[in-house]
Amino acid sequence: MSYVADVVALTRKDLRVELRARDTLPAMLLFVVSTLVVFHFALPEGAGDDAAYGLLWVAIVFTALLGLARAWVPEHEHGVLDGLVLAPCDRSAIWLGKTLATLAFLLAAQVVALPAFVLFFAPLNGAALVGVLLADIGICAVGSLLAAMAAAGRARELLLPLLLLPLAIPLIVGGMGAAISPEPERYLAFLALYDGIFAVLSWASFEYVVTE
Amino acid sequence: MIRARGLEKRYGRRRVLTGIDLDVGAGAFVLVTGHNGSGKTTLLRLLAGLVAPTRGVLEIAVDRGRMGFLGHEPLVYRELTAVENLDLYGRLYRVPERRERVGMLLERFGLWDARNERVSTYSRGMTQRLALCRTLLHDPELLVLDEPYSALDEQGALLLDRELGELAGRRALVVATHDPSRLERLATGRIALA
Repeated sequence: MSYVADVVALTRKDLRVELRARDTLPAMLLFVVSTLVVFHFALPEGAGDDAAYGLLWVAIVFTALLGLARAWVPEHEHGVLDGLVLAPCDRSAIWLGKTLATLAFLLAAQVVALPAFVLFFAPLNGAALVGVLLADIGICAVGSLLAAMAAAGRARELLLPLLLLPLAIPLIVGGMGAAISPEPERYLAFLALYDGIFAVLSWASFEYVVTE
Repeated sequence: MIRARGLEKRYGRRRVLTGIDLDVGAGAFVLVTGHNGSGKTTLLRLLAGLVAPTRGVLEIAVDRGRMGFLGHEPLVYRELTAVENLDLYGRLYRVPERRERVGMLLERFGLWDARNERVSTYSRGMTQRLALCRTLLHDPELLVLDEPYSALDEQGALLLDRELGELAGRRALVVATHDPSRLERLATGRIALA
């Protein structure tokens, strides 16, 4: 129970910090909406729904990157990460709290972005929405770990996309498949498997990322 | 509590510390002195377990949760209030009767009236007082303090004098300072870094 309580306390802290600083969510919202507007004018008429779904995934991945790049900034101001690492709680709780908070920001951005996508481009069926949710979980789980690694380095803005984008490709493939395939279940199962494997790997390896 | 033999730390090719031998027993008060860049902060980060030695033996017989570390940074969130920061650390450190302990420390360090203000509005001295509250929150057995008087005004320094005077002999302390004269009366040992 104390593990769950630690995760809840850490997630609540991240939400509270964002509510006051407003550093991440407004930037994500502005980015995803303006990206969809630009794509709306860039996509030629008659390009078809499949091309539009592809652009949706570009917008989702880069919006998530924007949020992840800011995810550990409060911990690096005033050296708070050292304080969290020294606490006797399980260090994976720090990763899980950050993953849940980042997921909340990404979902909040999508509450605006997905209706905008439907308005500008194409309808989204249930499988596509489940695909987006599963991909969000995967991006945030892996991304929170990689963002913690990148935040310790000097070139974090460069390092995070270099590390995350190759690992996000399976999620894009799965998300696209869920949206356009006549058999979306296969792709949804693939996304769930990806989430399970990478969440466990990230959970287990976070301790080694934050300690020397 | 701490036993170090032949401790060495390098960052790349740069050797920051070399040949450090150190024993810190229960109730000991060890002063760490040395000029800027002599490795005081690195030594304290090694003792806190925040970095690993490149070479040598370092044995620390204190659980992570029973150590209090005060570094150059206050280790608190700027967008949270003093109460929220201490409450978070209190939860993570499993502090019993957390709210009472937080209130008592904030009062003792003169932050009670500013307890619900964000840390980003604090002066440097107030932030240092809050960092001291955070360090003492879980009543640690071993305290590792890096320049604890930094940014404190005379009143804050007197508060810290009183606090360290009460802890000396009851808890193990390792304190890095540029001004050892203030703490020499309490010290049981000293390590001078070149």
